[in-house]
Amino acid sequence: MLKVLNVARRVALLLVVVWTVVSLVTLLIELVPGDPAVATLGEQATAEQIAQFREKHGLNRPAFFFTYARDEQGERHLRWHGAENRYVDYWRGILHGDMGNSFRTDRPVLELIAQRYPATIELAVAALLVAVAIAVPLGVVAGTRRGTWLDNLLSVVALVGISLPGFVLGPMLIYVFAVRLGWLAPSGRFEASDIILPAVTLGAALSALLTRMVRSSVIEELHEDYVRTARAKGLGERTVVYKHVLKNGLIPVVTILGLQLGVLLAGAIVTEKIFNWPGLGLLLIDDGISKRDYRLVQGCVLVISVTYILANTLTDLVYRRLDPRIRLQ
Amino acid sequence: MNRLAIFGLVFVAFLVLVAVGAPLIATHDVGATDLAHRLLPPSGEHWFGTDATGRDIFSRVVFGARISLRVGVVVVAVSAAMGVVIGAVAGYYGGWVDRLISGYLFNVFLAFPGLLLAIAMVAFLGSGLNKLIFALCVIGWVGYARVMRGQVLKVREYDFVQAARALGASDLRIIFRHVLPNAVQPLIVQASLGMAGAVLSEATLSFLGLGVPPPAPSWGVMLEEGRDLSTLAAAPHALVIPGVAIALTVLAFNFIGDGLREYLDPRQRAR
Repeated sequence: MLKVLNVARRVALLLVVVWTVVSLVTLLIELVPGDPAVATLGEQATAEQIAQFREKHGLNRPAFFFTYARDEQGERHLRWHGAENRYVDYWRGILHGDMGNSFRTDRPVLELIAQRYPATIELAVAALLVAVAIAVPLGVVAGTRRGTWLDNLLSVVALVGISLPGFVLGPMLIYVFAVRLGWLAPSGRFEASDIILPAVTLGAALSALLTRMVRSSVIEELHEDYVRTARAKGLGERTVVYKHVLKNGLIPVVTILGLQLGVLLAGAIVTEKIFNWPGLGLLLIDDGISKRDYRLVQGCVLVISVTYILANTLTDLVYRRLDPRIRLQ
Repeated sequence: MNRLAIFGLVFVAFLVLVAVGAPLIATHDVGATDLAHRLLPPSGEHWFGTDATGRDIFSRVVFGARISLRVGVVVVAVSAAMGVVIGAVAGYYGGWVDRLISGYLFNVFLAFPGLLLAIAMVAFLGSGLNKLIFALCVIGWVGYARVMRGQVLKVREYDFVQAARALGASDLRIIFRHVLPNAVQPLIVQASLGMAGAVLSEATLSFLGLGVPPPAPSWGVMLEEGRDLSTLAAAPHALVIPGVAIALTVLAFNFIGDGLREYLDPRQRAR
């Protein structure tokens, strides 16, 4: 019963946060200096064209339930508009799967986003895999050889990995592997090998973080009684570590992974820009913000945020199930 | 204090000197293009070489330090002030105020990937230094608020605070005289990490074209200019040097923050 209540509370918080995020995004577009219509159509547009544009995108309706705008005489009045306003429109739209049409290309925003979404997920998952593939072996090595020069060296490498930002590491990798060695393409998503550099760039910071975690986890587990028992039984060190220590040691790592998926999504924006990877982040920056397509920006920010929130909430719920120590509380 | 933190302090001190003395240290005019001498490697004339339009990289890096530190300091100062006030209110008054702030507000701000919120704000409000600083403050205040709230909750229950209240001390006095002095230490840790974050965020946003607009010599902008393939092939140092500058600065502030945290850990103090 308590568990159901907890889950219900978590979900309720999730809904409230999502509602806030959507509202914020909807209202942010109102803060744009200048007229989106003019920004899109240009200064030369006729009054008629502008009016048409505003009508098409619902910009001629009031912004919110009430507004406090100036009228023709320049005086401010508080006016009530009821439910016929842009805020409600956008909500109504979302609940029907309609995020409006791109100001620039007139195509449905949902369609544009759906087209690019898989590429971003692909990148995030690949980065996660790279991070785990690097962190687990290195963390185990560092943990089992604690205090040695190897451990210290790996600590320094991990530190560098965490502090080297993606937009520094990425271009450096491009320089080495694309420009000098010519082994990989510098950008784009055409061949299967094109994912390597972006995934490594995005996963580097995470792999450094995970390595440190695996290391401390391994160190902690190595002190447990069951390890002494296993060794006393005569099991080889390798078996002890990989079969027993790792299984327990990975629990905190798995939970971190889930939380980090959200961070990866945010980092993916920069990585996509560096490698021209055609995902949501690139759509947001190049097609949305650069081209002043605010409707598109709205949709992208919304989708990325909600994905991030969902990933975090899911992880939170799963984590409580996974760690028996939490479950039994 | 551990060695890394000391390195951090030394580096930051050095950086501050460079930033403050930028007009004296820089060897060339930051905006002076010279297309006849583009993409030169480091030399006696141009200590860090030149970029794609012939501008001196050393001078630009030096002035870039100014931008990074200025943005960092302002963002940390403002967001710390905001966070401390909000956190103090939440912790001290408790009840629905606390539930609203720490239950709802914290969660909403933390639910967003920080960078995305900053990007969204700059996207809609427009770019420019002040708007950048504003956006970074909006995403930065939560850390300080949480620390302050935690401190207030802790100190609120102490006997001497109860006594002060019984004697009629005002809420404000209690917060200033009793809570704040204790809170300063973890707040400084938060500020150091906040500096690292602010410098990184400024560089990231400038890299994306959403921060300080070119031709300002922000390190992020220099990175974006340096990663163009033809520039990169001919003059990789145009990318590497600002990149290393950013990395070292972020690293230094992180070291300081981590070092301070370790140093202030009560488990260590008992030694």
